[in-house]
Amino acid sequence: MAQLIDDDPRIIEFDVRTDEMLVNMGPQHPSTHGVLRLVLRTDGEVVSEVEPHIGYLHRCAEKIGENLTHRQWIPYTDRMDYLAAMNMNLGWALAVEKLMKYEVSEKARHLRVLIAELNRIASHLVGMGAYGLDLGTFSPFLYAFREREKILDLFEEACGARLTYSYITVGGLTADLPPGWLQKCEAFLDQFEPIIKEYHALLTTNAIFVKRTANIGVMSRELAIEYGCSGPVLRGSGVDQDMRRDGEAIYTAMYDGYAFEVAVMKDGHYPRDHEYPPVPADAVLGDCWHRFFVRMLEVVQSMDLVRQAIDRYSACKGTIGEPLKLTEKMPAGDAYLETEAPKGQMGFYLVSDGSAIPWRVRARSSSFSNLAVAPELCRGCLIADVPAIVGSLDIVMGEIDR
Amino acid sequence: MAEFLITTVGLSEWLAWTVTAVIAAVLVLNVIAGGALVFIWAERKIAGRIQDRLGPTRTGGRFGWLQSLADGLKLLAKEDLMPEGADGMLFRLAPYVSFCASFCAFIALPFAFDFIGCRLNVGVFFVVAVLGLEVFGVILAGYASASKWSLFGAMREAAQVVSYEVPLGMCVVVPVMLAGSMDMVTIAEKQAGWFTNWYLFHDPFTFVIFWVYVTCAVASVNRAPFDLAEAESELVAGFHTEYSGLRWSYFFMAEYGSMFLVSAMAAVLFMGGWNGPIPVASLLGLSEGTGDTANYFVRLLGMFNLLGKATLGVLVMMWVRWTLPRLRIDQVMTTCLKYCTPIAAAMFAGAMLWQLFLPGGLVPGLDRPAGEIREGWLEGPGGRGAAAPAASDEKVAQVISSQVNP
Repeated sequence: MAQLIDDDPRIIEFDVRTDEMLVNMGPQHPSTHGVLRLVLRTDGEVVSEVEPHIGYLHRCAEKIGENLTHRQWIPYTDRMDYLAAMNMNLGWALAVEKLMKYEVSEKARHLRVLIAELNRIASHLVGMGAYGLDLGTFSPFLYAFREREKILDLFEEACGARLTYSYITVGGLTADLPPGWLQKCEAFLDQFEPIIKEYHALLTTNAIFVKRTANIGVMSRELAIEYGCSGPVLRGSGVDQDMRRDGEAIYTAMYDGYAFEVAVMKDGHYPRDHEYPPVPADAVLGDCWHRFFVRMLEVVQSMDLVRQAIDRYSACKGTIGEPLKLTEKMPAGDAYLETEAPKGQMGFYLVSDGSAIPWRVRARSSSFSNLAVAPELCRGCLIADVPAIVGSLDIVMGEIDR
Repeated sequence: MAEFLITTVGLSEWLAWTVTAVIAAVLVLNVIAGGALVFIWAERKIAGRIQDRLGPTRTGGRFGWLQSLADGLKLLAKEDLMPEGADGMLFRLAPYVSFCASFCAFIALPFAFDFIGCRLNVGVFFVVAVLGLEVFGVILAGYASASKWSLFGAMREAAQVVSYEVPLGMCVVVPVMLAGSMDMVTIAEKQAGWFTNWYLFHDPFTFVIFWVYVTCAVASVNRAPFDLAEAESELVAGFHTEYSGLRWSYFFMAEYGSMFLVSAMAAVLFMGGWNGPIPVASLLGLSEGTGDTANYFVRLLGMFNLLGKATLGVLVMMWVRWTLPRLRIDQVMTTCLKYCTPIAAAMFAGAMLWQLFLPGGLVPGLDRPAGEIREGWLEGPGGRGAAAPAASDEKVAQVISSQVNP
């Protein structure tokens, strides 16, 4: 048959033969969020298959964890989701504390909430800005980074680092806040609150943005659950799950007394949706727009939580207490704990043989599961939709490859 | 100029014409090159300000005004890389094709009444046609680069530019129809006087079609939100992924040249060309008749008018680029085929009917003063068109008859 077509030019004229082309998107592609490699099987602009290849950022973090004590491994958790290092610290610290049945002081608990939620804002800001980049607009990225810088300044003042904090640690935090920090934090929140409207104007309600994201990469509820998606990706599909509310007791106890509503669409409405732009008519639950919007709602939710945490923290008397010793022995046994990191449910598993060094360490990455669903979402989309879909999953390669 | 060289200097005819052509070419080339330098600097400063940062501040003292020159030097010094599997000749040829297309179109662009490289009686047609050639450079670059991303960029560009030339052509035809000439000098000259004489404000249809023209012009020069050919978040850098150094800078200059050109076209076709919003020169009593110095001054003023309007257009494109996300290829085509083309066609028909039934405007007393149109000057190399001059003759007759029979 092929021979026949090649021989007879008239057939080619009336029936243009097209071929599939394999294209490598990444690992040095500007919009694959780090060193992700996507192999696209394309026919013209239409992508028939996407295959993610991971592992370019593998650093043996888990194996290293089996050679260090629990507290010594904290800096390695920083480098997993480097955009939300505080939440990574928190996840590991709580997992170890669960095994040791250790409880931190009241003041340290509120400080942890404060810091973790502030880091969630920073992480979602990057997610939002980078998503703008994926769709070809540069300015929201810098607007997001401008505000993120202020959060990083606050972190720097609290713990001395801007990216890899190692601030929250096993048994508490490495240091208490410096004097005057809370006022600065409150000033930041007051200044930041009206700016969210700018983001909605530049992205959420922008006609082109809506055109590029609404009804693109629609992930059904079932699909999201099947693939183990979590975080804003899961909630964007309308699944009402948030570890801060539904998690294990040791984690939810941290948020005891905090008022917050999970950012998920219920009966066609988002919580407090009268304050935000309406959901565009084209948007379908589970599409890129909803995943993006859930993140924007979580920024506001986290701001609320930070405000509450500031009140509770300053109401607490005494100190935050000392963290555990570097060589504090753990009881033999194992523990697994999932926390709600900005990207999704971050799980840490450790097995101890009774020494301070864990016998086995395992991290369950939310981005890994979230990325795994990308081939399903990208089937039959256009090339331009691939960054739009992968960007809406908001993955961090450091966490996937560890 | 050529006559001056022949009669006064005494050069032979072919030498005189050659010298004239070389001078014109050098002037126009410098406008493009200098313009590109200024616009690249402006783009960086504007992008900086839009994004709440400073942009270049150090190179060349204050405001970083030498930044684009420094970048140019850097590009000169860079190695011209070529991928191993590339088609060498086409790869080297492509930037020049792109740049030449953009450059050649400037030949027919009038900067002021006779500040023009070459007055063509089909000037509008020439500019649109030659500007369309730029796409060949892009397709060649994409094809010859031996890179899949470049190929995608080139194919997108081909589909997009060819599609957008349809509504763009319809938009361009409307002022041509109103002026009755394809000569850009004539078209601009017909809009002399107050800004109400601009074709932009001629009738509602031309007002609408101006915005269609803006959309199509942005799309045809590949600026955001239609910059699909280079779409950095999808195609790495699109058709110029594999280019570096000077060859890359030719594409860059071509882009800025075309941006300036379509803005200047908008100014000439819809916004009175070198005629400012207020006829300062004629209010001051300066006109072509008052002597050579005054003449020169008037034209210089006109040139600044045109450059100002074109720069305004370029600045708007920059503003749009740094604000909006990029459209997807199917949405770009939808915008063209479903919206721009039908709207342009309808407005074209509307403008035609307006010309037929209301040639003097809605209020006959307010039509453009006949004295502003220098009848003799309209006799460009192409002669006059059929419909519009007849209309203006009619108006002259009306004015005369109203004066004779009050």
